[in-house]
Amino acid sequence: MMWAILSILVENKPGILFKVTHLFRSRNFNIDSISEGVTENPNYSKMTITTYGDEKQINQIVKQLDKMIDTVKVEHLDEHKTVFRELCLFKIKLSNANDSMEVNKLANAYGGKVHDVKKDSIMVELTATPDQIKAFEELAKPFGILDVARTGVAALQRSGV
Amino acid sequence: MNKMESMTGAKALMVAMEKEGVKQVFGLPGGANLPMYDEFARCDIRHILARHEQSAAHMADGFGRVSKKPGVCFATSGPGATNILTGIATAQADSSPMVAVTGQVPVAMIGKDAFQESDIIGMANPVVKYAFQPRKAGEIPEVVKKGFFIAKSGRPGPVLIDIPKDVQTNEEPMNFPDEFKIQGYHPWGDPDIVNVEKAIDMLLHAEKPIILAGGGTIISSAFAELQSIAETLMLPVVTTFKGKGAFPENHPLSLGPIGMHGHAEANKMMSEADCVLAIGTRFSDRSVGTFEAFEKRLKIIHMDVDPAEIGKNQTAQIAVIGDVRVNLRVMVKLLLQRAIKKSEESPWVKHVKETKDYWKENLKLHPGEMGAAKILRKLREILPKESIVTTEVGQHQMWASLFYDVIQPGTFFSSTGLGTMGWGFPAAIGAKVARPDVPVVDIAGDGSFAMTENSLATAVLEDIPVIVFILNNSTLGMVAQWQRTFYGRRMIGVDQQSCPDYVKLAESYGAQGIRAQSMDELDKAIKTAISSDVATVIDIPIDPEEDVLPFVAPGTSLADMILPS
Repeated sequence: MMWAILSILVENKPGILFKVTHLFRSRNFNIDSISEGVTENPNYSKMTITTYGDEKQINQIVKQLDKMIDTVKVEHLDEHKTVFRELCLFKIKLSNANDSMEVNKLANAYGGKVHDVKKDSIMVELTATPDQIKAFEELAKPFGILDVARTGVAALQRSGV
Repeated sequence: MNKMESMTGAKALMVAMEKEGVKQVFGLPGGANLPMYDEFARCDIRHILARHEQSAAHMADGFGRVSKKPGVCFATSGPGATNILTGIATAQADSSPMVAVTGQVPVAMIGKDAFQESDIIGMANPVVKYAFQPRKAGEIPEVVKKGFFIAKSGRPGPVLIDIPKDVQTNEEPMNFPDEFKIQGYHPWGDPDIVNVEKAIDMLLHAEKPIILAGGGTIISSAFAELQSIAETLMLPVVTTFKGKGAFPENHPLSLGPIGMHGHAEANKMMSEADCVLAIGTRFSDRSVGTFEAFEKRLKIIHMDVDPAEIGKNQTAQIAVIGDVRVNLRVMVKLLLQRAIKKSEESPWVKHVKETKDYWKENLKLHPGEMGAAKILRKLREILPKESIVTTEVGQHQMWASLFYDVIQPGTFFSSTGLGTMGWGFPAAIGAKVARPDVPVVDIAGDGSFAMTENSLATAVLEDIPVIVFILNNSTLGMVAQWQRTFYGRRMIGVDQQSCPDYVKLAESYGAQGIRAQSMDELDKAIKTAISSDVATVIDIPIDPEEDVLPFVAPGTSLADMILPS
């Protein structure tokens, strides 16, 4: 099984997100994360989908997406030649006086920002790779994670590679 | 016509369809498509009334497969639209060109759970090639133009156009474009000379090469090219069931269809081959048995118009993507240039012919006078070779595959992908509309025919004289066969108890009903039906215990087929 980042340029019309996600469901593929937004050209929007599968499955997903009439360009990005990030918000429990400082330190170590500091909880905003987010999550677990929201991965290929 | 003439959406739909060459629409009217129906009073397009929307879709499907032009069906919103879904899914599974037009509740009512509202765009999405829902009347001309293009180009398929009622009635200035662009759609590639060249070399170096012709060969009418290549390279030809009749089945190199109920000689030779030229096929499980057993053994050259089929079910060593007829033409040309022409029979071809002869002699058939093989060979004997045959789905369909030889390529059609019971009769009606000059026969079983038998009204009242040829075992025969084979003869839900009487049923619709209980009666019945100008139902009682054999059980390989004992 491999993890794959797919970048899908689609026409910016209603109903296309539905068709793309439906394709994943009907073909028995998995969606690990999904993000979408309009591009520099308002006629198009770009979806970034991360998924798991063996090489044959990933090739099939790319071909089936490519076959869709609404998709303009489908790329399987090489993660070593790609900048990919996800934004994640964690609400973390504060149980004793030191916790706030400790969570602050942890957030700093991951380049995170702290918001909404309350007596019993603190919110951390992290923009990082899914692996880094997972690592942060592991370290934050002992404090108690109250809530999480993630955007899904956005990715762009580096220039000149 | 003045390019910006003002008209209603409904009128624009009809004008745009006339520009696409549409001569008839199969359909049923209802509340939400009345404005479109009203236009039939003012245009030259013929309306053919179906008695169920599913049948209307199958009629359009049959028309499309035979004429290679999108067949058009109309249905109203809500239940009308959901009723045609099965017909649309059938067309999608078999890559048949179709344009289905549904009425929808007015734009302002969408999403309000209005009377006869259904989210048909959402429901149909996985079973259409594309779906449109114009929200302004002025969009209709371009939507129709694009819809017909998408339906018939590349790998054909069904297109749905769902038109809200107010979009049908609103009047707007209309621009009927000659040109249009669909950015994300590239239905054809260029001829692939490099890979065709490689394919020739692989075939020349193979010891036991074989051609597997699929439905794509028939869709692209690549009959002459296929035959030329088979004869030039002395390649035995098997087909998928959907590819049945891509190659004349009386040709010395023809082995017939492979698959779950393939010909014994075809399955045997497919199992022994070492290299296959697979043309326009998706390697369905019904054709190849277990995927693993198939690809482990074989070098595969895969030609298909749909890039997503390459590597989906089978891994190909050489892929040739594009219209198969275009690339087969390239192959014919290259063979000519390289002056390749095999005249001597290889040991492989000799072995293939011996195997074929052996099975011709030794396949055990039903001993009775009215066995399926005898009945279908009688039909073949009498029917002119240009006749078109459709089938329903079930035992009779597989018997047709085994015992009805297609002589003229492209004259045999069946619901092979979705396996839709009730498809054959309305599809035959559509086929007859496309080819009124030839006899059209639906080879049917009693169970399947029962599902769309009310299309008799269409055949009679619209004067479309097709022949329904029922192998009547008064059971859901294929299910019964599985219950006998896999479920310890516990026969549940399969007995039709000779209800209804199909002769009386036919007569009640004003059709001709004939019962044939002996070969003599059958002979007469077929001849009478062919010479009649009214739809005819021939009801042929057969043994309910007769199995379809050979049989490749699901999940096993072609080499493991069960033979008649």
